[in-house]
Amino acid sequence: MSGNYVEFTKEMKKDYTILAPNMLPLQFSLIAKVLETEGYNVELLQNSGTNIPELGLKYCHNDTCYPAILVIGQFLDALLSGKYDTNKVALLYFQTGGGCRASNYISLIRKALKKAGLGHIPVISLSLRGLEKHSGFKLSLSALHRCVYAVLYGDLLFSLRNQCKPYELISGAAQTLAEEYCDKLIRKMSADGISFKKFKANCSLILDAFAKLPRKKEKKVQVGIVGEIYVKFSPLGNNNLEQLLVDNGAEVTIPGLFDFFMYCMYNQISDYILYKKGRLFHPAIKFAFNFMLKKQAEVIRLIKEHGVFRAPAKFSRVIELTEGYISHGCKMGEGWLLPAEMLELADSGVKNIVCTQPFGCLPNHICGKGMMKPIKDRNPDINIVAIDYDASASQVNQVNRIKLMLANAK
Amino acid sequence: MDVKTEYLLGIDIGSTTAKAVLIKNRAVVYEKYARHFSKVREKCCELIKEIGNIIGDSPMSIAISGSAGLGLAESAEVAFIQEVFATGEVVRYMEPDTSCVIELGGEDAKIIFFDGGIDERMNGSCAGGTGAFIDQMATLLDVDPDTLDRLSLDYKRIYPIASRCGVFAKTDIQPLLNQGARKEDVAASIYQAVVNQTIAGLAQGRRIEGKVLFLGGPLYYCEGLRRRFIETLKIPANNAVFPAYARFAVAMGTAIYAEKNGTVLTGEQLLSRINLAPENTVSQNRLPPLFADPKEYREFKSRHSGSDVKRCDAEAYRGNAYLGIDCGSTTTKLVLINEDKEILYSYYASNKGNPVEVVKDELKKIYALGGNRIKICGSAATGYGEELIKNAFGVDIGVVETIAHYTAAKYFMPGVDFILDIGGQDIKCFRIRNGAIDSIMLNEACSSGCGSFLETFAKSLGFDIEEFATRGIFAHNPVNLGSRCTVFMNSSVKQSQKEGAAVEDISAGLSISVVKNALYKVIRASSPDELGENIVVQGGTFYNDAVLRAFEKELGKNVVRPSIAGLMGAFGAALCAMRVKDSSLIKTEELNNFTHQAKSAVCRGCTNNCHLTVNTFGNGKRYISGNRCEKGLGEEFSGKPLANLYRFKRGLLASLPEGDGTVGTIGLPLALGMYELLPLWHGIFQSLGFKTVVSSPSTRRIYEKGQFSIPSDTACYPAKIMHGHIEELIEKTVDAIFYPCLTNNVNENSGNNHYNCPVVAYYSELLNGNMDLKDRTKFLYPYLDINNPSQLAKGIGKCLEGVFGKFSSRALNKAVKRGIKQYKEHMKLIRLEGERSLIEARENGSRIIVLAGRPYHVDPEINHGIDTLINSLGLAVVSEDSICHLTDMPVQLGVLNQWTYHSRLYRSAKFAVENKDVQLVQLVSFGCGVDAITTDEVCSILENGGKYYTQLKIDEITNLGAVKIRLRSLLGALDEKEGE
Repeated sequence: MSGNYVEFTKEMKKDYTILAPNMLPLQFSLIAKVLETEGYNVELLQNSGTNIPELGLKYCHNDTCYPAILVIGQFLDALLSGKYDTNKVALLYFQTGGGCRASNYISLIRKALKKAGLGHIPVISLSLRGLEKHSGFKLSLSALHRCVYAVLYGDLLFSLRNQCKPYELISGAAQTLAEEYCDKLIRKMSADGISFKKFKANCSLILDAFAKLPRKKEKKVQVGIVGEIYVKFSPLGNNNLEQLLVDNGAEVTIPGLFDFFMYCMYNQISDYILYKKGRLFHPAIKFAFNFMLKKQAEVIRLIKEHGVFRAPAKFSRVIELTEGYISHGCKMGEGWLLPAEMLELADSGVKNIVCTQPFGCLPNHICGKGMMKPIKDRNPDINIVAIDYDASASQVNQVNRIKLMLANAK
Repeated sequence: MDVKTEYLLGIDIGSTTAKAVLIKNRAVVYEKYARHFSKVREKCCELIKEIGNIIGDSPMSIAISGSAGLGLAESAEVAFIQEVFATGEVVRYMEPDTSCVIELGGEDAKIIFFDGGIDERMNGSCAGGTGAFIDQMATLLDVDPDTLDRLSLDYKRIYPIASRCGVFAKTDIQPLLNQGARKEDVAASIYQAVVNQTIAGLAQGRRIEGKVLFLGGPLYYCEGLRRRFIETLKIPANNAVFPAYARFAVAMGTAIYAEKNGTVLTGEQLLSRINLAPENTVSQNRLPPLFADPKEYREFKSRHSGSDVKRCDAEAYRGNAYLGIDCGSTTTKLVLINEDKEILYSYYASNKGNPVEVVKDELKKIYALGGNRIKICGSAATGYGEELIKNAFGVDIGVVETIAHYTAAKYFMPGVDFILDIGGQDIKCFRIRNGAIDSIMLNEACSSGCGSFLETFAKSLGFDIEEFATRGIFAHNPVNLGSRCTVFMNSSVKQSQKEGAAVEDISAGLSISVVKNALYKVIRASSPDELGENIVVQGGTFYNDAVLRAFEKELGKNVVRPSIAGLMGAFGAALCAMRVKDSSLIKTEELNNFTHQAKSAVCRGCTNNCHLTVNTFGNGKRYISGNRCEKGLGEEFSGKPLANLYRFKRGLLASLPEGDGTVGTIGLPLALGMYELLPLWHGIFQSLGFKTVVSSPSTRRIYEKGQFSIPSDTACYPAKIMHGHIEELIEKTVDAIFYPCLTNNVNENSGNNHYNCPVVAYYSELLNGNMDLKDRTKFLYPYLDINNPSQLAKGIGKCLEGVFGKFSSRALNKAVKRGIKQYKEHMKLIRLEGERSLIEARENGSRIIVLAGRPYHVDPEINHGIDTLINSLGLAVVSEDSICHLTDMPVQLGVLNQWTYHSRLYRSAKFAVENKDVQLVQLVSFGCGVDAITTDEVCSILENGGKYYTQLKIDEITNLGAVKIRLRSLLGALDEKEGE
């Protein structure tokens, strides 16, 4: 436990607003809903604008990774806006832990709060590696269970929206539909609880709804986005890369959030395989992992049987793909998942890839840029461009490189 | 396209130039190459009008390309083609048998390989080595690009210069110039740097062979650059093609592309489209103006006119005087004052690469002016050239820069709390508490938002700095340009120009950036209160009212800017000179016979290979600079050397024997984590019967050997040098090379975890992926857990099995045991030496510096001999791992303490706090992401404990002059504090 720690107490749970960054609107609002049913008042931050990186730069070391600068900037922008009673808010951040400096985000947020004279605000980290102790913040097994569904729903909506958006006849229809279902699912989840059966039924409903969306017949060039998790997903982090690609006539494929969670879990399994670490918990983790694998497999089966949309690869397949490229022991940041996602995209026919990373991202030296040569050597038809994101990286240069990738797109 | 047109028009608008080519019947009928000074539309219209004059209103098939053409093509709805793709078009058309194209542009560098599927590569976001870089370097040499090229042809030797970014290169070039290196050699070295950058950064291991086509403006214009490319790549003359259309290649490709995909328009139509096209919306990224109205400006002016210093007429003055000389990295300043501290004479100008000449001329003037009336009773020198000037002219005392500045600031504001000095090349800030300097902050190599930065921009926009600054004062919507490094800023400025920002707004925006850089990167302040109440700003850059105003606005406070902002160092030195009794300053007649010669030499005293400059003066006196230790001075070294744990650790590692094992030879690359764990691996392999071959200590040459396979340029130097060590071991034909992946490091039970940083942990994966090792060696990089002996034994056995057969688990366990024992003994020796050094230093009464970094920072190529340099200042050097056991973890850390190496830093900082005679200096490798976290924490541990924090940032290159100043500032502040 690091310094500057402020506990989130049971008292606070009653009337505090918990602010969380909105990295992935669909998935995160579903998770937020789960937390809400647990009695937490969670609000996903929607603020944007140049004030965010400015504040981030002001309150943390300027060589810190760009996601940290943005997250801290977004929190402070919200806290200083006057919109919230700073004596009645807490901050929530999802963090992965591990040897990457990203595991220091919570400490950096606390340091920044202290510097801004807001050191009394509790910061809660939501991590798969066990939580810091906050007497007022506990997640039940059932809540975690529902989070699994929330992410699966979110990923499905996200994927279907991306597959429809470039072809929609009515502009914005796919997004509207995804949001609509997001709301519906939120209501359903709190109204009738969850069961695997209902889950499957809902997935089928969603698939049908998207299949009915009027779409153009043409086939556009497919571009995948992989990379550091924040800049890969967050429009704030990647200057709205997804929209840029769609505007330039591409269909965007982004591997979902579920895989990232699976990756985090699998790392504990590979710790056991490699070093016989965590012998005690191994059976439980393996059980949970297989449980999640099965849920994912079911969604994939439904998509395939439905027959209209591209289904992601099973995570067990993603694991196999790194064979000969990188070991599963490489697990800081996105680790081996990053090349695995590139390979999975290529495997499923998406040969054009944007690999996003914050400028100077340490794990990505190895897992991103370091893996491009071996991947290109063995997959000569793959077309990857690496783009760095930073508080003052020139957008023109970014766009120009993306244009080059698109000009070569297959 | 339905309409067939005779004419094909390709327009290529790059970051600095616009190119147009008009083709008819496969022949070029018009071509033009012109700098656009960011006035993209105007330049474009100009070219189109010229074309109109030739072909009237015949329709053309038109396409646009280039980074600056992108926005224009979109808003004018004209076909666009990415420029690398356009290059591909032209090559297929003109030179179909090309294997490789190298194209350099204003801000981009590209390589296209054609053999075996097209492979196109562009430089990343942080890569110099382009036209803009060459321009910047020419400015630095004070010549135009053509002269630079002419000079380069007459070179005799090549110096290593970092080309990764202009800021770094500057740090390399400035000392070369100051040391009197020939401009011809520097010019050729600059080109060589560009060549290395292109090959290392873009080819990344892929060989450049076959027919190579060189394109782009810089390659077309610079003969010297072409020569460097041919020589470096060793391409036979007939295979290196420098076509006449090199500058127009992209525009031609664009025209060819337009044949099928272009937009058909007449010149008139195109013009009206461009004129009617919506201006790219003014980005919201604007800031409030510096002054609301002229009245506010007048008030501001009159407020600052108060901080003046009295001048006294030197022609009339009779009496004693004191001289201060501030010999900076780029400028030399002199101030002569009378007994009443009034200024008799002052001088401020560029040192033109030879400060000695400048000072000589000025002294002559002063002597002539003073005649017999003025008697110089004391003199003092300060700044980079302090020692040189002191030796040359018999100056009485040397004053540490910080002290000189503080003395001057105190004169203007006796209770000063904070001094910010922004000069041409550096930013210095000191906080004063209880009448002593309390903390010193200096800019790093990579945040030089300083004066020369503004000047370079002013020049590139066609203004002199004064006019540029004045224009910024009344800007309405200053552009928000961020606060990162110059290279990024460059692109941001160009982008804002494309968005139609006025020069006024850019000027003001840059001033604001300089201020933000100082406040948030150097001072790291988040609230103005941290700076205190009484703030003095100085340095030449603060003559610029826009900068001064931006600073006051950002701070929300008024500050004092002395009227002699640029002369403060010299003025302070003159004030210090008042305490001199008998002046030894050079006399008139000696001055008239004064001669000075500088010769460069390389010291062979040790592996540091210091580049020395031997200065010989007319009176037979000699002064040698550039040395890190006494050896280079040609003097017999007497007495026992001071404690130096870095030297000690190098010795320990070098003493591990290769052995005469017969099972096989294992190569161990001496870089990154190997510096910590070599004794462990050595012990294990020796026990198993292997001969162990350790790669030689790093040198620049070793780095260059492996440079070509580095995929990520922004990784730290300690990692990048690993490629060279692997190459070296391959040359030594070992049976296998071993460098394992270690998620965790040694568990010293001092934190929440004991990770390695991602780069140390997994760099082997990158090496394996990028160095084509399969056919050249066996590379073993197992994932191991070194904290679990039995697992470690199993892991080692498994990785060896494929190459050397099976080892019994008994042998493996025994080996691991021996390895661990050897490692523990090794660490024990380090700790004992640490303790011994402390005792010895205390007996001698010398101060102790904890030079705190990572184990691999003991590598002399990585630390540039800084340990020896510290010794030469009379200080004992201990390493973080030799003393951190003498204390425990600070109770409250503001960060997650989860890395083994870094946890030692925190303990070392605490140790420094607990010991009065111990100071901590932190070594930080450029690009080390983890240190973005540790530096703030180490700094706060030290400062909360009443200690100074000193950080030295190191990379491929480093400016030892700046390092020396930093260390001397620390010592000066300590002396003063203790003197109180």
